Amino acid sequence: MDNTRRKFLKIAGAAALAGIGAPAIVKLTSHTAFASEEAGHAVPVPGETGVHGEAASTGVRVGMVIDMRVFAVQPMLLDQAIAACNKVHNIPHFPDRKNEIKWIWKAPYANVFPEQEVLHKSEMAKTKPFAVLCNHCDNPSCVKACPTKATFVQPENGIVAMDFHRCIGCRFCMAACPYGARSFNWQDPRPFITNYNPDFPTRMRGVVEKCNFCGERLALGLEPACVEACSGTGAMVFGDLNDPDSEIRRVLDKEFTIQRNPAAGTKPSVYYIV
Amino acid sequence: MYNKGTIIPGLVIFIVFVTFPLWYNGLNAGTVPKPDLPVGQKECVAPVGEMRDNHMKLLNEWRDAVLRDNDRVNIKVGGKEYRKGLQLACMQCHTDKEKFCDSCHTYAAVSPTCWDCHLTPAEAATKKETH
Repeated sequence: MDNTRRKFLKIAGAAALAGIGAPAIVKLTSHTAFASEEAGHAVPVPGETGVHGEAASTGVRVGMVIDMRVFAVQPMLLDQAIAACNKVHNIPHFPDRKNEIKWIWKAPYANVFPEQEVLHKSEMAKTKPFAVLCNHCDNPSCVKACPTKATFVQPENGIVAMDFHRCIGCRFCMAACPYGARSFNWQDPRPFITNYNPDFPTRMRGVVEKCNFCGERLALGLEPACVEACSGTGAMVFGDLNDPDSEIRRVLDKEFTIQRNPAAGTKPSVYYIV
Repeated sequence: MYNKGTIIPGLVIFIVFVTFPLWYNGLNAGTVPKPDLPVGQKECVAPVGEMRDNHMKLLNEWRDAVLRDNDRVNIKVGGKEYRKGLQLACMQCHTDKEKFCDSCHTYAAVSPTCWDCHLTPAEAATKKETH
């Protein structure tokens, strides 16, 4: 035994240093690897990047362009679109507005684009009602808020979908949504539904609901009900935002569009031509 | 044995009490329900025994497939295609919820919550759009 106390302390000290230092080294090296990988991906492709320079999602990403110039000259069109949606989805009509269930609805410009509110607005912005619906965000705050995963992003098409079976009615999603796109059933909606669509369920008391981008109609190869109601006018264009040859992308390439509350960072998939 | 006088009558009273539902009905489970089967349709999604045991599981699988996995592939029964779903598939043949679903569910004292949201064919017919 020639191990002296001095030698033992030296070895112990070196081991302790190595132990403390190792994670830091691993972290540093892995970070550099990650950073270089990221740099490889971030080759700037014009038009392919989302807001704040982040990469756009891949695969099918459905979205919508709402051309308010068409709605402004055909005021009945928006009513038709709303009626079509209400009919297809068994949406109740409550006489009291505090109970209102909204999938697609009308709102004044000042409420739709509050951050764009200026003193001298166009005639359209001053007088015409705007079409509003769930924005089906790429980065939806409602999905993060939901404690039961009743609302989630469908990876196949980017729709922010709802599974009413799982909704516990906590309304966190309603508080989280910056667009007010969600409604709560304060009472049984059935007595307030005019006509039933036998292909779609109703909701029950205590459930949150919102636009589903007509997921059930897309599966049948149909367009969303509101888009179908405006067909031929170009007021609403629906399609795959990730397909550069789609009609919606042609419209987006041609026209200048704005989105609701871009500062919220939710990356909506509904665009407006104002 | 201590307290024989209280324990044995106590046990007897307990057993009589626990088995009350059995002997009160004369050891008879009542008339077994006979759900109304659809006329002219012999085939279902699965054989009768399996449907009887597992229809609730099948409905949950369909629900998850359609809503969560976006798997809306139609199902084929007897040469006809149906979309997955209680209203879209089941009720197309089993058109009378009261005489089909309820007959067993009432007997077994189960109350599924399906119809809080889903429309029975009878319910849907009450507010049918008239063209």
